Amino acid sequence: MNYFEHIGKYFMMLRQVFTKPQRGRVFREALSRETEELGIKSLGIIIFISFFIGGVIALQTALNLNNPLIPKSLIGFAAKRSIILEFAPTFCSIILAGKVGSYITSSIGTMRVTEQIDALEVMGINSLNYLVLPKIIATVFFYPFLITLGMILGIFGGWVAGNLSGLFTGTDYIEGLQADFDPFLIQYSIIKTLIFAFIIATVPSYHGYYVKGGSLEVGKASTQSVVWTIVLIVIANYFLTQMLLT
Amino acid sequence: MIEVKNLHKAFGGVEILKGISTTFEPGKTNLIIGQSGSGKTVFLKSLIGLHAPEKGIIEFDGSVNIEMSIEQRRQLRQEIGMVFQGSALFDSQTVEENVMFPLKMFTKQSDEEMLERANFVLKRVDLVGSNKKFVTELSGGMQKRVAIARAIVMKPKYLFCDEPNSGLDPQTAIIIDNLIKEITEEFKITTVINTHDMNSVMEIGEKIIFLKEGKKAWEGSNKEIFKTDNEAVVNFVYSSNLFKKVREAYLNEKK
Repeated sequence: MNYFEHIGKYFMMLRQVFTKPQRGRVFREALSRETEELGIKSLGIIIFISFFIGGVIALQTALNLNNPLIPKSLIGFAAKRSIILEFAPTFCSIILAGKVGSYITSSIGTMRVTEQIDALEVMGINSLNYLVLPKIIATVFFYPFLITLGMILGIFGGWVAGNLSGLFTGTDYIEGLQADFDPFLIQYSIIKTLIFAFIIATVPSYHGYYVKGGSLEVGKASTQSVVWTIVLIVIANYFLTQMLLT
Repeated sequence: MIEVKNLHKAFGGVEILKGISTTFEPGKTNLIIGQSGSGKTVFLKSLIGLHAPEKGIIEFDGSVNIEMSIEQRRQLRQEIGMVFQGSALFDSQTVEENVMFPLKMFTKQSDEEMLERANFVLKRVDLVGSNKKFVTELSGGMQKRVAIARAIVMKPKYLFCDEPNSGLDPQTAIIIDNLIKEITEEFKITTVINTHDMNSVMEIGEKIIFLKEGKKAWEGSNKEIFKTDNEAVVNFVYSSNLFKKVREAYLNEKK
Protein backbone atom coordinates (compact mmCIF):
# COMPACT_ATOMS: atom_id res chain seq x y z
CA MET A 1 0.00 0.00 0.00
CA ASN A 2 1.43 3.39 -0.92
CA TYR A 3 1.49 6.50 1.27
CA PHE A 4 -1.53 8.10 -0.42
CA GLU A 5 -3.64 5.00 0.27
CA HIS A 6 -2.60 5.11 3.94
CA ILE A 7 -3.48 8.81 4.17
CA GLY A 8 -6.87 8.17 2.54
CA LYS A 9 -7.58 5.23 4.83
CA TYR A 10 -6.52 7.30 7.86
CA PHE A 11 -9.01 10.07 7.03
CA MET A 12 -11.75 7.52 6.32
CA MET A 13 -11.03 6.07 9.74
CA LEU A 14 -11.41 9.54 11.30
CA ARG A 15 -14.80 9.94 9.60
CA GLN A 16 -16.05 6.85 11.39
CA VAL A 17 -14.41 7.86 14.67
CA PHE A 18 -16.16 11.23 14.82
CA THR A 19 -19.74 10.04 15.09
CA LYS A 20 -22.07 10.27 18.05
CA PRO A 21 -21.26 7.61 20.67
CA GLN A 22 -23.96 4.91 20.72
CA ARG A 23 -24.33 4.95 24.50
CA GLY A 24 -23.32 7.96 26.60
CA ARG A 25 -22.75 5.96 29.76
CA VAL A 26 -20.43 3.46 28.06
CA PHE A 27 -18.56 6.35 26.42
CA ARG A 28 -18.06 8.15 29.74
CA GLU A 29 -16.74 4.95 31.33
CA ALA A 30 -14.32 4.45 28.42
CA LEU A 31 -13.24 8.10 28.63
CA SER A 32 -12.41 7.88 32.31
CA ARG A 33 -10.50 4.60 31.71
CA GLU A 34 -8.49 6.16 28.87
CA THR A 35 -7.78 9.34 30.84
CA GLU A 36 -6.25 7.16 33.52
CA GLU A 37 -4.33 4.91 31.10
CA LEU A 38 -3.08 7.60 28.71
CA GLY A 39 -2.90 10.62 31.00
CA ILE A 40 -2.60 9.94 34.70
CA LYS A 41 -0.25 6.98 34.20
CA SER A 42 2.05 9.25 32.16
CA LEU A 43 2.44 11.75 34.99
CA GLY A 44 5.42 9.96 36.52
CA ILE A 45 7.60 9.96 33.42
CA ILE A 46 6.73 13.58 32.57
CA ILE A 47 7.52 14.75 36.12
CA PHE A 48 10.83 12.85 36.17
CA ILE A 49 12.06 13.84 32.72
CA SER A 50 10.90 17.48 32.90
CA PHE A 51 12.65 18.10 36.19
CA PHE A 52 16.00 16.67 35.11
CA ILE A 53 16.00 18.01 31.56
CA GLY A 54 15.10 21.47 32.93
CA GLY A 55 18.11 21.19 35.22
CA VAL A 56 20.38 20.12 32.35
CA ILE A 57 19.18 22.98 30.11
CA ALA A 58 19.97 25.52 32.84
CA LEU A 59 23.38 23.96 33.57
CA GLN A 60 24.35 23.77 29.87
CA THR A 61 23.34 27.40 29.37
CA ALA A 62 25.33 28.48 32.43
CA LEU A 63 28.40 26.54 31.38
CA ASN A 64 28.35 28.07 27.91
CA LEU A 65 27.95 31.64 29.16
CA ASN A 66 31.39 32.39 30.54
CA ASN A 67 31.59 35.94 29.23
CA PRO A 68 31.45 38.29 32.28
CA LEU A 69 29.62 40.90 30.20
CA ILE A 70 26.60 38.64 29.75
CA PRO A 71 24.27 38.87 32.76
CA LYS A 72 23.54 35.64 34.68
CA SER A 73 19.83 36.35 34.38
CA LEU A 74 20.13 35.27 30.74
CA ILE A 75 20.34 31.66 32.00
CA GLY A 76 16.81 31.84 33.42
CA PHE A 77 15.60 33.65 30.31
CA ALA A 78 17.08 31.04 27.93
CA ALA A 79 15.91 28.11 30.04
CA LYS A 80 12.38 29.52 30.20
CA ARG A 81 12.26 30.07 26.42
CA SER A 82 13.62 26.69 25.45
CA ILE A 83 11.47 24.82 27.96
CA ILE A 84 8.21 26.58 27.05
CA LEU A 85 8.78 26.73 23.30
CA GLU A 86 10.32 23.36 22.55
CA PHE A 87 11.20 21.11 25.40
CA ALA A 88 7.79 20.81 27.08
CA PRO A 89 5.50 20.54 24.05
CA THR A 90 7.75 18.76 21.56
CA PHE A 91 10.19 16.71 23.61
CA CYS A 92 7.50 15.55 26.06
CA SER A 93 5.17 14.70 23.16
CA ILE A 94 7.89 12.56 21.58
CA ILE A 95 8.32 10.75 24.89
CA LEU A 96 4.55 10.28 25.13
CA ALA A 97 4.47 9.03 21.52
CA GLY A 98 6.79 6.23 22.58
CA LYS A 99 5.01 5.37 25.80
CA VAL A 100 1.37 5.93 24.86
CA GLY A 101 1.68 5.20 21.12
CA SER A 102 2.99 1.69 21.63
CA TYR A 103 0.29 1.05 24.26
CA ILE A 104 -2.50 2.20 21.93
CA THR A 105 -1.26 0.18 18.93
CA SER A 106 -0.64 -2.97 20.90
CA SER A 107 -3.96 -2.85 22.77
CA ILE A 108 -6.06 -2.18 19.65
CA GLY A 109 -3.90 -4.51 17.54
CA THR A 110 -4.34 -7.35 20.03
CA MET A 111 -8.09 -6.77 19.95
CA ARG A 112 -7.94 -7.01 16.17
CA VAL A 113 -5.96 -10.26 15.97
CA THR A 114 -8.01 -11.93 18.72
CA GLU A 115 -11.25 -11.02 16.88
CA GLN A 116 -12.47 -8.74 19.70
CA ILE A 117 -13.02 -5.96 17.15
CA ASP A 118 -15.00 -8.37 14.96
CA ALA A 119 -17.08 -9.22 18.04
CA LEU A 120 -17.87 -5.51 18.52
CA GLU A 121 -18.83 -5.14 14.86
CA VAL A 122 -21.06 -8.23 14.92
CA MET A 123 -22.88 -6.77 17.92
CA GLY A 124 -23.64 -3.68 15.81
CA ILE A 125 -21.13 -1.41 17.54
CA ASN A 126 -19.12 1.19 15.63
CA SER A 127 -15.79 -0.18 16.86
CA LEU A 128 -13.73 2.81 15.70
CA ASN A 129 -15.95 5.24 17.55
CA TYR A 130 -16.01 3.01 20.64
CA LEU A 131 -12.24 2.41 20.75
CA VAL A 132 -10.63 5.54 19.32
CA LEU A 133 -12.84 8.53 20.21
CA PRO A 134 -12.31 8.21 24.01
CA LYS A 135 -8.54 8.06 23.38
CA ILE A 136 -8.61 11.26 21.30
CA ILE A 137 -10.73 13.16 23.82
CA ALA A 138 -8.62 11.91 26.74
CA THR A 139 -5.30 12.95 25.17
CA VAL A 140 -6.50 16.25 23.69
CA PHE A 141 -7.99 17.36 27.02
CA PHE A 142 -5.40 15.94 29.37
CA TYR A 143 -2.09 16.57 27.59
CA PRO A 144 -2.21 20.38 27.87
CA PHE A 145 -2.25 19.89 31.67
CA LEU A 146 0.56 17.36 31.41
CA ILE A 147 2.69 19.66 29.25
CA THR A 148 1.98 22.67 31.48
CA LEU A 149 3.17 20.59 34.41
CA GLY A 150 6.25 19.70 32.34
CA MET A 151 6.96 23.41 31.80
CA ILE A 152 6.63 24.25 35.49
CA LEU A 153 8.80 21.34 36.60
CA GLY A 154 11.39 21.98 33.90
CA ILE A 155 11.79 25.58 35.03
CA PHE A 156 11.87 24.47 38.66
CA GLY A 157 14.51 21.86 37.78
CA GLY A 158 16.67 24.65 36.35
CA TRP A 159 16.36 26.67 39.55
CA VAL A 160 17.30 23.63 41.69
CA ALA A 161 20.30 22.85 39.43
CA GLY A 162 21.56 26.42 39.77
CA ASN A 163 21.31 26.36 43.54
CA LEU A 164 23.00 22.98 43.84
CA SER A 165 25.84 23.70 41.41
CA GLY A 166 26.49 27.28 42.45
CA LEU A 167 26.83 28.30 38.78
CA PHE A 168 24.12 30.95 39.19
CA THR A 169 21.93 32.23 41.98
CA GLY A 170 18.19 31.71 42.37
CA THR A 171 17.68 35.47 42.20
CA ASP A 172 19.45 35.74 38.83
CA TYR A 173 17.45 32.81 37.52
CA ILE A 174 14.08 34.23 38.63
CA GLU A 175 15.01 37.64 37.22
CA GLY A 176 15.61 35.92 33.87
CA LEU A 177 12.30 34.09 34.06
CA GLN A 178 10.43 37.37 34.60
CA ALA A 179 12.23 39.28 31.88
CA ASP A 180 10.38 39.91 28.61
CA PHE A 181 7.61 37.44 29.35
CA ASP A 182 5.27 36.94 26.40
CA PRO A 183 2.02 35.07 27.26
CA PHE A 184 1.63 34.09 23.59
CA LEU A 185 4.47 31.62 24.07
CA ILE A 186 2.23 29.61 26.41
CA GLN A 187 -0.62 29.76 23.87
CA TYR A 188 1.76 28.63 21.13
CA SER A 189 2.91 25.76 23.28
CA ILE A 190 -0.65 24.66 24.10
CA ILE A 191 -1.72 24.84 20.43
CA LYS A 192 1.21 22.60 19.52
CA THR A 193 0.34 20.22 22.34
CA LEU A 194 -3.27 19.88 21.13
CA ILE A 195 -2.11 18.96 17.60
CA PHE A 196 0.52 16.55 18.93
CA ALA A 197 -2.02 14.94 21.29
CA PHE A 198 -4.33 14.33 18.33
CA ILE A 199 -1.46 12.72 16.39
CA ILE A 200 -0.47 10.60 19.42
CA ALA A 201 -4.02 9.25 19.75
CA THR A 202 -4.92 8.70 16.11
CA VAL A 203 -1.78 7.47 14.32
CA PRO A 204 -1.14 4.54 16.72
CA SER A 205 -4.89 3.75 16.65
CA TYR A 206 -4.71 3.53 12.86
CA HIS A 207 -1.73 1.16 13.00
CA GLY A 208 -3.42 -1.02 15.61
CA TYR A 209 -6.86 -1.11 14.03
CA TYR A 210 -5.69 -2.21 10.59
CA VAL A 211 -3.04 -4.71 11.70
CA LYS A 212 -3.24 -8.13 10.06
CA GLY A 213 -1.67 -11.34 11.30
CA GLY A 214 -0.63 -12.34 14.80
CA SER A 215 1.37 -11.16 17.78
CA LEU A 216 4.53 -10.61 15.70
CA GLU A 217 2.66 -8.23 13.41
CA VAL A 218 1.22 -6.40 16.42
CA GLY A 219 4.78 -5.89 17.69
CA LYS A 220 5.92 -4.61 14.30
CA ALA A 221 2.90 -2.31 14.06
CA SER A 222 3.72 -0.87 17.50
CA THR A 223 7.25 -0.01 16.41
CA GLN A 224 6.03 1.45 13.12
CA SER A 225 3.36 3.50 14.84
CA VAL A 226 5.87 5.05 17.26
CA VAL A 227 8.22 5.91 14.39
CA TRP A 228 5.44 7.47 12.30
CA THR A 229 3.98 9.36 15.25
CA ILE A 230 7.39 10.89 16.00
CA VAL A 231 7.96 11.72 12.32
CA LEU A 232 4.57 13.44 12.11
CA ILE A 233 5.17 15.35 15.37
CA VAL A 234 8.50 16.62 14.05
CA ILE A 235 6.97 17.66 10.71
CA ALA A 236 3.96 19.27 12.40
CA ASN A 237 6.31 21.06 14.79
CA TYR A 238 8.18 22.63 11.88
CA PHE A 239 5.04 23.89 10.15
CA LEU A 240 3.36 25.06 13.37
CA THR A 241 6.48 26.99 14.36
CA GLN A 242 6.58 28.63 10.95
CA MET A 243 2.88 29.47 11.03
CA LEU A 244 2.65 30.69 14.60
CA LEU A 245 5.99 32.39 15.24
CA THR A 246 7.04 33.93 11.94
CA MET B 1 -34.85 -18.61 8.79
CA ILE B 2 -31.80 -17.53 6.79
CA GLU B 3 -31.86 -17.93 3.05
CA VAL B 4 -28.69 -17.58 1.01
CA LYS B 5 -28.92 -17.16 -2.76
CA ASN B 6 -25.97 -17.37 -5.13
CA LEU B 7 -23.37 -15.93 -2.72
CA HIS B 8 -20.04 -14.89 -4.23
CA LYS B 9 -17.03 -13.49 -2.43
CA ALA B 10 -13.52 -12.76 -3.72
CA PHE B 11 -10.34 -11.36 -2.19
CA GLY B 12 -7.86 -9.61 -4.48
CA GLY B 13 -9.40 -11.20 -7.57
CA VAL B 14 -9.35 -14.73 -6.11
CA GLU B 15 -12.87 -16.09 -5.85
CA ILE B 16 -13.38 -17.81 -2.48
CA LEU B 17 -17.15 -18.37 -2.55
CA LYS B 18 -18.52 -19.41 -5.92
CA GLY B 19 -22.27 -19.07 -5.81
CA ILE B 20 -23.52 -20.76 -2.63
CA SER B 21 -27.27 -21.14 -2.14
CA THR B 22 -28.86 -22.74 0.90
CA THR B 23 -31.29 -22.22 3.77
CA PHE B 24 -30.79 -22.39 7.53
CA GLU B 25 -33.90 -23.28 9.47
CA PRO B 26 -34.88 -21.95 12.91
CA GLY B 27 -34.65 -24.22 15.94
CA LYS B 28 -32.13 -26.41 14.14
CA THR B 29 -28.37 -26.74 14.35
CA ASN B 30 -27.04 -26.10 10.86
CA LEU B 31 -23.44 -27.15 10.30
CA ILE B 32 -20.98 -25.98 7.69
CA ILE B 33 -18.16 -28.45 7.11
CA GLY B 34 -15.33 -28.72 4.64
CA GLN B 35 -11.57 -28.88 4.34
CA SER B 36 -9.33 -26.02 5.41
CA GLY B 37 -9.44 -23.38 2.69
CA SER B 38 -12.83 -24.49 1.39
CA GLY B 39 -14.36 -21.10 2.30
CA LYS B 40 -16.21 -21.99 5.54
CA THR B 41 -15.01 -19.03 7.59
CA VAL B 42 -15.46 -16.59 4.69
CA PHE B 43 -18.99 -17.95 4.24
CA LEU B 44 -19.78 -17.52 7.94
CA LYS B 45 -18.26 -14.02 8.07
CA SER B 46 -20.23 -13.07 4.94
CA LEU B 47 -23.43 -14.25 6.63
CA ILE B 48 -22.84 -12.07 9.70
CA GLY B 49 -21.82 -9.07 7.61
CA LEU B 50 -18.09 -8.94 8.41
CA HIS B 51 -17.39 -9.49 4.70
CA ALA B 52 -19.44 -7.77 2.02
CA PRO B 53 -20.33 -10.29 -0.71
CA GLU B 54 -19.63 -9.38 -4.35
CA LYS B 55 -22.83 -10.96 -5.53
CA GLY B 56 -25.79 -12.75 -4.03
CA ILE B 57 -28.47 -12.24 -1.44
CA ILE B 58 -28.80 -13.16 2.24
CA GLU B 59 -32.33 -13.02 3.62
CA PHE B 60 -32.92 -12.92 7.37
CA ASP B 61 -36.59 -13.83 7.82
CA GLY B 62 -37.45 -12.00 4.63
CA SER B 63 -35.19 -8.97 5.17
CA VAL B 64 -32.68 -8.82 2.34
CA ASN B 65 -29.18 -7.75 3.38
CA ILE B 66 -28.41 -5.62 0.32
CA GLU B 67 -31.65 -3.66 0.65
CA MET B 68 -31.04 -2.72 4.28
CA SER B 69 -30.02 0.76 5.42
CA ILE B 70 -27.04 1.11 7.78
CA GLU B 71 -29.48 1.52 10.68
CA GLN B 72 -31.41 -1.61 9.71
CA ARG B 73 -28.16 -3.57 9.46
CA ARG B 74 -27.13 -2.33 12.89
CA GLN B 75 -30.54 -3.38 14.18
CA LEU B 76 -30.17 -6.81 12.58
CA ARG B 77 -26.76 -7.27 14.15
CA GLN B 78 -28.33 -6.85 17.57
CA GLU B 79 -30.37 -9.96 16.75
CA ILE B 80 -27.20 -11.92 15.96
CA GLY B 81 -25.14 -13.77 18.53
CA MET B 82 -21.66 -14.92 17.56
CA VAL B 83 -19.28 -17.33 19.22
CA PHE B 84 -15.82 -16.83 17.76
CA GLN B 85 -13.20 -19.55 17.38
CA GLY B 86 -10.96 -17.95 20.01
CA SER B 87 -13.98 -16.78 22.05
CA ALA B 88 -13.08 -13.09 21.38
CA LEU B 89 -13.93 -12.09 24.93
CA PHE B 90 -12.84 -8.66 26.15
CA ASP B 91 -9.84 -9.63 28.23
CA SER B 92 -9.78 -6.39 30.22
CA GLN B 93 -13.24 -7.18 31.59
CA THR B 94 -14.63 -9.70 34.05
CA VAL B 95 -16.99 -12.52 33.08
CA GLU B 96 -19.97 -10.50 34.27
CA GLU B 97 -18.87 -7.35 32.42
CA ASN B 98 -18.37 -9.34 29.21
CA VAL B 99 -21.86 -10.81 29.40
CA MET B 100 -23.48 -7.50 30.36
CA PHE B 101 -21.67 -5.54 27.66
CA PRO B 102 -24.32 -5.91 24.87
CA LEU B 103 -27.05 -5.04 27.39
CA LYS B 104 -25.16 -1.89 28.41
CA MET B 105 -24.77 -0.87 24.78
CA PHE B 106 -28.25 -1.56 23.50
CA THR B 107 -30.76 -1.59 26.33
CA LYS B 108 -31.89 0.91 28.91
CA GLN B 109 -32.05 -1.69 31.66
CA SER B 110 -30.99 -0.79 35.18
CA ASP B 111 -27.83 -2.34 36.63
CA GLU B 112 -29.96 -4.78 38.65
CA GLU B 113 -31.91 -5.91 35.58
CA MET B 114 -28.72 -6.37 33.56
CA LEU B 115 -27.12 -8.36 36.37
CA GLU B 116 -30.21 -10.53 36.69
CA ARG B 117 -30.16 -11.32 32.96
CA ALA B 118 -26.38 -11.96 33.03
CA ASN B 119 -26.80 -14.33 35.97
CA PHE B 120 -29.62 -16.13 34.14
CA VAL B 121 -27.55 -16.80 31.02
CA LEU B 122 -24.45 -17.68 33.03
CA LYS B 123 -26.53 -20.21 34.94
CA ARG B 124 -27.90 -21.50 31.63
CA VAL B 125 -24.37 -22.20 30.39
CA ASP B 126 -23.56 -23.77 33.74
CA LEU B 127 -21.08 -21.12 34.82
CA VAL B 128 -22.10 -19.95 38.25
CA GLY B 129 -19.69 -18.34 40.70
CA SER B 130 -17.22 -16.96 38.17
CA ASN B 131 -18.83 -13.53 37.71
CA LYS B 132 -15.97 -11.50 39.11
CA LYS B 133 -13.16 -13.47 37.48
CA PHE B 134 -11.28 -12.00 34.55
CA VAL B 135 -11.71 -14.09 31.41
CA THR B 136 -7.97 -14.70 31.26
CA GLU B 137 -8.29 -16.65 34.51
CA LEU B 138 -10.68 -19.17 32.92
CA SER B 139 -10.00 -22.42 31.07
CA GLY B 140 -10.74 -22.71 27.33
CA GLY B 141 -14.01 -24.53 27.96
CA MET B 142 -15.15 -21.92 30.48
CA GLN B 143 -14.25 -19.12 28.06
CA LYS B 144 -16.42 -20.80 25.42
CA ARG B 145 -19.30 -20.87 27.90
CA VAL B 146 -18.85 -17.16 28.60
CA ALA B 147 -18.80 -16.52 24.83
CA ILE B 148 -22.06 -18.47 24.44
CA ALA B 149 -23.59 -16.58 27.39
CA ARG B 150 -22.60 -13.25 25.82
CA ALA B 151 -23.96 -14.38 22.46
CA ILE B 152 -27.40 -15.25 23.85
CA VAL B 153 -27.78 -12.50 26.44
CA MET B 154 -29.67 -10.25 23.98
CA LYS B 155 -32.07 -13.12 23.09
CA PRO B 156 -30.80 -13.36 19.51
CA LYS B 157 -32.78 -14.82 16.63
CA TYR B 158 -29.62 -16.08 14.97
CA LEU B 159 -26.59 -17.73 16.54
CA PHE B 160 -23.34 -18.23 14.62
CA CYS B 161 -20.47 -20.30 15.97
CA ASP B 162 -17.03 -20.49 14.37
CA GLU B 163 -15.45 -23.79 15.39
CA PRO B 164 -16.89 -23.60 18.91
CA ASN B 165 -15.08 -26.68 20.19
CA SER B 166 -11.66 -26.22 18.63
CA GLY B 167 -8.87 -26.57 21.17
CA LEU B 168 -11.12 -28.31 23.69
CA ASP B 169 -10.79 -31.84 25.05
CA PRO B 170 -13.35 -34.31 23.60
CA GLN B 171 -15.47 -34.36 26.74
CA THR B 172 -15.74 -30.55 26.97
CA ALA B 173 -16.31 -30.38 23.20
CA ILE B 174 -19.36 -32.64 23.53
CA ILE B 175 -20.67 -30.57 26.45
CA ILE B 176 -20.34 -27.36 24.38
CA ASP B 177 -22.01 -29.03 21.36
CA ASN B 178 -24.92 -30.20 23.47
CA LEU B 179 -25.23 -26.81 25.12
CA ILE B 180 -25.51 -25.09 21.73
CA LYS B 181 -28.08 -27.65 20.57
CA GLU B 182 -30.17 -27.24 23.73
CA ILE B 183 -30.08 -23.44 23.50
CA THR B 184 -31.03 -23.60 19.82
CA GLU B 185 -34.10 -25.72 20.56
CA GLU B 186 -35.05 -23.92 23.76
CA PHE B 187 -34.97 -20.40 22.31
CA LYS B 188 -35.92 -21.39 18.71
CA ILE B 189 -32.75 -19.80 17.37
CA THR B 190 -31.42 -20.29 13.85
CA THR B 191 -27.96 -21.65 14.61
CA VAL B 192 -25.15 -21.95 12.09
CA ILE B 193 -21.97 -23.72 13.18
CA ASN B 194 -18.73 -23.85 11.29
CA THR B 195 -16.83 -26.97 12.32
CA HIS B 196 -14.11 -29.46 11.56
CA ASP B 197 -15.17 -31.76 14.33
CA MET B 198 -16.74 -34.98 13.07
CA ASN B 199 -18.16 -35.74 16.50
CA SER B 200 -20.23 -32.55 16.19
CA VAL B 201 -21.34 -33.62 12.72
CA MET B 202 -22.60 -36.95 14.01
CA GLU B 203 -24.06 -35.63 17.27
CA ILE B 204 -25.79 -32.35 16.48
CA GLY B 205 -25.79 -31.89 12.69
CA GLU B 206 -29.47 -31.58 11.89
CA LYS B 207 -28.54 -29.95 8.64
CA ILE B 208 -25.06 -30.20 7.19
CA ILE B 209 -23.59 -28.27 4.29
CA PHE B 210 -20.35 -29.54 2.84
CA LEU B 211 -18.24 -26.94 1.08
CA LYS B 212 -15.57 -27.78 -1.43
CA GLU B 213 -13.46 -25.15 -3.18
CA GLY B 214 -16.01 -22.44 -2.44
CA LYS B 215 -19.01 -24.37 -3.69
CA LYS B 216 -21.70 -26.33 -1.91
CA ALA B 217 -20.81 -29.93 -2.74
CA TRP B 218 -23.45 -31.64 -0.61
CA GLU B 219 -26.17 -30.99 1.95
CA GLY B 220 -28.21 -33.25 4.18
CA SER B 221 -28.68 -34.39 7.77
CA ASN B 222 -26.40 -36.41 10.08
CA LYS B 223 -28.44 -39.48 9.20
CA GLU B 224 -28.06 -38.92 5.48
CA ILE B 225 -24.31 -38.37 5.74
CA PHE B 226 -23.91 -42.06 6.66
CA LYS B 227 -25.62 -43.13 3.45
CA THR B 228 -24.23 -40.64 0.99
CA ASP B 229 -22.06 -41.88 -1.83
CA ASN B 230 -20.73 -38.40 -2.59
CA GLU B 231 -17.04 -39.13 -2.93
CA ALA B 232 -15.83 -35.77 -1.60
CA VAL B 233 -18.00 -36.05 1.53
CA VAL B 234 -17.04 -39.67 2.14
CA ASN B 235 -13.33 -38.88 1.76
CA PHE B 236 -13.58 -35.93 4.13
CA VAL B 237 -15.92 -37.25 6.82
CA TYR B 238 -14.68 -40.81 6.88
CA SER B 239 -10.98 -40.08 6.59
CA SER B 240 -10.28 -41.72 9.97
CA ASN B 241 -10.48 -45.50 10.39
CA LEU B 242 -12.75 -45.09 13.38
CA PHE B 243 -15.38 -43.19 11.41
CA LYS B 244 -15.01 -45.60 8.48
CA LYS B 245 -15.87 -48.46 10.83
CA VAL B 246 -18.75 -46.53 12.39
CA ARG B 247 -20.18 -45.93 8.91
CA GLU B 248 -19.74 -49.58 7.88
CA ALA B 249 -21.45 -50.71 11.07
CA TYR B 250 -24.32 -48.27 10.47
CA LEU B 251 -24.78 -49.39 6.87
CA ASN B 252 -24.59 -53.09 7.80
CA GLU B 253 -27.19 -52.53 10.48
CA LYS B 254 -29.51 -50.90 7.93
CA LYS B 255 -29.14 -53.85 5.55
